[in-house]
Amino acid sequence: MSFITANWNPLGDAFYRKTELHMCWNLRDSGLRDSLVAAAHYGGPIALLREPQRRSPSSRPQLEIYLASGISITSFPWKSGPVVHIGWTVTDELLCVQEDGSVLIYNLFGSFKRHFSMGQEVVQSQVLEAKVFHSPYGTGVAIVTGSSRFTLATNIDDLKLRRLPEVPGLHGKPSSWLVLTQDRQTKVILSNGPEMFVLDNTSCTPVCPPGLSPQYGSVVHMCVSFSYKYLSLFTDTGHLWTGSSNLQDKLSIVDTKKKTTPNQMVWCCRPQSQQLSVVLMWDRLLLVAGICGDTIQFPVDDPCVLVGELDGVRIINSTNQDLLQEVPLVCQDIFKIASMAPGALLLEAHREYEKSSQKADEYLREIKEQSMLGEAVRQCVEAAAHEYDANTQKSLLRAASFGKCFLVDFSPDQFVTMCRELRVLNTVRDGAVGLPLTHTQFKQLTLQVLIDRLVYRQFYPLAIEICRYLKIPDYQGVSRVLKHWASCKVQQKDLSDEAIARAVCVKVGDAPGVSYSDIAAKAYECGRTELAIKLLDFEARSGEQVPLLLKMKRSQLALSKAVESGDTDLVYTVVTYLKNELNRGDFFMMLRNQPVAQSLYRQFCKLQEQETLKDLYNQDDDHQELANYYITASYREKRLETRLSVLQKAVDEFNKAKNEFAAKATEEEMRLLRFQRKLDDEKGAGLLGLSLQETMEVLLSLGLHKHTEQLYRDFRLPDKRYWWLKLKSMAEKHEWEELEKFSKSKKSPIGYLAFVDVCMKSNNKSEARKYVSKVTPEQKVRAHMVIGDLEGAADAAIERRNDSEMGAVLSRCSTADCLLIDRLNRARVSASKK
Amino acid sequence: MAAHLSYGKVNLNILREAARKDLREFLDKCAGSKAIVWDEYLTGPFGLIAQYSLLKEHEVEKMFTLKSGRLPAADVKNIIFFVRPRLELMDIIAENVSSEDKTRSPQDFHILFVPRRSMLCEQRLKEQNVLGSFINIDEYILDLIPYDGDLLSMEYESAFRECYLENDQTSLYHTAKGLMTLQALYGTIPQIYGKGECARHVANMMLRMKREFAGSQNQILPVFDTLLLLDRNVDLLTPLATQLTYEGLIDEIYGINNGYVKLPPEKFAQKKQGETSKDLPTEPKKLQLNSAEELYAEIRDKNFNAVGAALSKKAKIISAAFEERHNAKTVGEIKQFVSQLPHMQAARSSLANHTSVAELIKDITTSEAFFDNLTVEQEFMTGVDTDKVNTYIEDCIAQKDPLIKIVRLVCMQSVCNNGLKQKVLDYYKREILQTYGYEHILTLNNLEKGGLLKPQTSSRNNYPTIRKTLKLWMEDANEQNPNDISYVYSGYAPLSIRLTQVLARPGWRSIEEVLKMLPGPHFEERQQLPAGLHKKRQQGENRTTLVFFLGGVTYAEIAALRFLSQMEDSGMEYIIATTKLINGTTWIKTIMDRPESQMS
Repeated sequence: MSFITANWNPLGDAFYRKTELHMCWNLRDSGLRDSLVAAAHYGGPIALLREPQRRSPSSRPQLEIYLASGISITSFPWKSGPVVHIGWTVTDELLCVQEDGSVLIYNLFGSFKRHFSMGQEVVQSQVLEAKVFHSPYGTGVAIVTGSSRFTLATNIDDLKLRRLPEVPGLHGKPSSWLVLTQDRQTKVILSNGPEMFVLDNTSCTPVCPPGLSPQYGSVVHMCVSFSYKYLSLFTDTGHLWTGSSNLQDKLSIVDTKKKTTPNQMVWCCRPQSQQLSVVLMWDRLLLVAGICGDTIQFPVDDPCVLVGELDGVRIINSTNQDLLQEVPLVCQDIFKIASMAPGALLLEAHREYEKSSQKADEYLREIKEQSMLGEAVRQCVEAAAHEYDANTQKSLLRAASFGKCFLVDFSPDQFVTMCRELRVLNTVRDGAVGLPLTHTQFKQLTLQVLIDRLVYRQFYPLAIEICRYLKIPDYQGVSRVLKHWASCKVQQKDLSDEAIARAVCVKVGDAPGVSYSDIAAKAYECGRTELAIKLLDFEARSGEQVPLLLKMKRSQLALSKAVESGDTDLVYTVVTYLKNELNRGDFFMMLRNQPVAQSLYRQFCKLQEQETLKDLYNQDDDHQELANYYITASYREKRLETRLSVLQKAVDEFNKAKNEFAAKATEEEMRLLRFQRKLDDEKGAGLLGLSLQETMEVLLSLGLHKHTEQLYRDFRLPDKRYWWLKLKSMAEKHEWEELEKFSKSKKSPIGYLAFVDVCMKSNNKSEARKYVSKVTPEQKVRAHMVIGDLEGAADAAIERRNDSEMGAVLSRCSTADCLLIDRLNRARVSASKK
Repeated sequence: MAAHLSYGKVNLNILREAARKDLREFLDKCAGSKAIVWDEYLTGPFGLIAQYSLLKEHEVEKMFTLKSGRLPAADVKNIIFFVRPRLELMDIIAENVSSEDKTRSPQDFHILFVPRRSMLCEQRLKEQNVLGSFINIDEYILDLIPYDGDLLSMEYESAFRECYLENDQTSLYHTAKGLMTLQALYGTIPQIYGKGECARHVANMMLRMKREFAGSQNQILPVFDTLLLLDRNVDLLTPLATQLTYEGLIDEIYGINNGYVKLPPEKFAQKKQGETSKDLPTEPKKLQLNSAEELYAEIRDKNFNAVGAALSKKAKIISAAFEERHNAKTVGEIKQFVSQLPHMQAARSSLANHTSVAELIKDITTSEAFFDNLTVEQEFMTGVDTDKVNTYIEDCIAQKDPLIKIVRLVCMQSVCNNGLKQKVLDYYKREILQTYGYEHILTLNNLEKGGLLKPQTSSRNNYPTIRKTLKLWMEDANEQNPNDISYVYSGYAPLSIRLTQVLARPGWRSIEEVLKMLPGPHFEERQQLPAGLHKKRQQGENRTTLVFFLGGVTYAEIAALRFLSQMEDSGMEYIIATTKLINGTTWIKTIMDRPESQMS
């Protein structure tokens, strides 16, 4: 194991190491020469555009896309315009910035997605240089044009072009420039001869990095660290300035003793770096310059490309790929020669243990005496994370597991998680998958994104395997993979709609969280409407299907799905849409086939569009509702004549609806209205709007008996009600004699208790008494009680031997009526005996 | 504050807390001081969720009622509209927003839709060019509101009308959504039974929604064993009858709104000694009615005829408790007595209140009019002379008693006779139109549409069969110590509750014939529980059923269900949910149409 440190190079008080990563490409003759190269961060794909300057149709540039492990994904001749720059987005899409300012987007498999333009004026002035950059907002593109103007798009998925202010004195392109994100603002830093500027949305500010006096010369190259925290500047005198990217602080100035401008310059640091460094590359030399002033030199014999990562630099040439990084502190602790760190001791102890040597015990004792065993386990686990070699990982994890046995109450979580994660990482690092992620990168990237990346590469089974292995809830894991798979599947042109729909349904089934509408939307996007409709059928959420169906102009289906969802608001939405889309006849016809939608639309019209309501009823020959409509409408009329004419329409409709009763009743209403108006005109009676009953009451109170009589006959009032009417009116007017005459006019159809009641209502007991005797036997007791004659009531009740009546009388008796109570009680007893 | 919600077998406070949390989160989304503009209909239901204090804690400084014109001036950063998703309200909001003074310091507008957003409404706001003025457009999902320890209500007044008259099933969608929320908090309900078209529709939507949310299944042990969905139109009779429980009568006579009742103040005047009663309060006395009040919980579900005895018994207990003070000798005893004092005083004032309420009600229940009305109701329910014109109804019409009273009686007769003979029906209708005005032809039409009033189509009246099979009439109902649910109507056992009771034991299969006579399908559905959530029932542990009344439930029906829960051998606990708490009067009111004449 001692040779682990063989590739360690000291730099200041830290060490740097170069680890070989799997690389299986073998680029033809020219290697990386004469090519535009874009290699994505986080072990992303690599794109090469060979000989981009070729223009003739007979020999076109070739675009090649590889996995990070060098496996070729695709390769095709570039038929569009001349390309200035290529770069990858955070979602593994390739951006090709053309000279004319248009940016073409391809996916990992080289299929064209879409394009956008960096502005019309660029077509004239042409793009001189372009850069693709990443920020919390997504992937952005920056260009500098022939007219020396910078244009930025911060997020290509939400395209907003920003033309930056002019840079004074700049002609053509600047000597060097870069884009960075600071305080949620995207800025450009550029150098032009001896001058340096910071460009933001509104201003162009000349700047002077602290400690970089003019004697060091002009800045000819610059780079910013992965986190946008540090900036390094290379001057034409061979000096390297490093400092904070806000240009407030200087870290150091190192003399590289190389006057030529490096081909590439990249920061090499990691979270919690001990010794930051900048990697500079010339044709034959790779120089690691630590900010302490120390340097490490590596010879280069083949053109290569540097890819800055979160925790190091990947160096790619035509045959190999290396990861250059600072050795993490925990690995130093464990592997440094003669280290006495607890982790180092534990690793040694385990090694002895495997050899069955008692030294294992001595080492363990030593760690335990310092009570550092927990720390030792932790160190081993952590170090395993940073090692790329599976054997080294294993020996560290075994040591950790060994140490764990001697600890009580030690949570195994960290250990278990690490084993799982490393297993996943080792799998994806494999050449066939080609994602050379370090553990630090993996943590930063998150598992979610890793799965996305696998999905972009169409490693669906592996992605699902990993989701299951790491026990991610289906919602975030398997379902997402399936969704992507299905969206991809629907684009397969060689399969029939049926075959695809069936395949999707079988695989996706009812996986939670997979939206068939999303998949269908994809199919529709690809012009496969029929397939989209088939897929929508699997969508459980009817509501989700509606917007897409509307978009596809399947409004009939959209309506029935909306109805099916039960969401009335959705139904309304479709109905409103249809109303604007279709002509009225078709619209009504469609509603007719959807009763639920029709009733909802009626409701809508009742509140909003009365006129339409009428048309709707008309169309359906719904005479009953039409009649009701006219009835309601009649009340809105201000003039009697119009009201009568509207009512007449109601009558006609009622007749058509064969609702004889309602027709007659409405005719009656019209008759009453006419009568009221006539009498109002003649006598100013104020009758209009009263009910028939109220009208007659008023007439009686005005003494218009003849008119009352007329209404009684005309409207065929039942005798009973007529009697009540007259009775009440007379009592109210205290016409007691009239009342008595009336009572004798013929046998009362409402009995005589009513007479007693109305008299009592007018507090006329003596009049009331007159009618008590005429009351039927059943009502006698009650009549007596109404006039407050308990004794009479008691007599009547006793005579009728009715227990409940006697009870009723009893309940009215107060203590003063003890004689009566006595009598009643006795009567009850004797009545119950019989 | 809402302790009464957690007393029951199912802790409904969880639901309330969830609702409160959502409200707080929304309010905090609008940073800074706020004014709320209320859709007036919502204030009652919201009162059951949060008092003003909660709003105040979240910087709500002003509250207005939504009305057209300009908003009242308020020096606040945010104006929030709390509204139901209705187009007419959108127009008012648009008017409010566009007439805002642009010169004043700009205010942020927000809309909170209750119970959910509506594309239609947002479209309307867009057409009115104000949609862009709103910073937040959100929804506040308030479907089922905890009303009491065993009672949930959607406070959706127009549900019956919308479902049965207008074929608008919006309320049912909200119901299904509400039940999904409930299941998210209390676990999947494994068994669903139902009777009626609307019940079927709700169950269908629930099952579909469950499929839609497959996978996000919660891992909560189910609290409810069964859900029973009942359409109101399966039992139109019960709400028409006059409720005879204490709470039912309070509602019939004074109306309970969102848990509060307003009473005539005279009986509540605090008469102190030496003070003349000249300054009687004129404001109505407002009482909150729920099970948080111990005495009320005890008497609310009793037949009114048993309330007097219960009150006097309580009076004795309370005065005995106060007498205890003479027995308190040691310091410890006195201390204990004092510590109980607040509780005892609360009990005493509660007793005084309810004694007054009972007196108010008694004045009415002992009147001839009440008695006569009840007699006729009972005649109809027992099937006496339901096929001819009823003299009492005629007399009431002639005396112009309130129309709703007449409608209740006529509808009851129609329901108990399975429709009226055309001649009888036309006679009643004519009487009503001539006496109360021809405009009521619309209301009559509505009643016919809703099935409350109908001409007899078949010669066979199946109501007697239903009555006999389900034992809807019990001759000797015991009002004091009831042994059957029929006590809540002094003889009539509510049909809806009989269905519930039979479902629990022996099951609906025994009454197939009757179920077929009632409108709408009956059905049973099962919902698969995730593995490991199957309840292991303890010996003697009760099952819990959620009974959902689509279209409203009366207090007497609730009382009957509570009675069943308390029956020792029932083995079943009932939780009640409904679109709205109703009585015959409030219910009929929602069905009526009354156009106002514009004629001069």
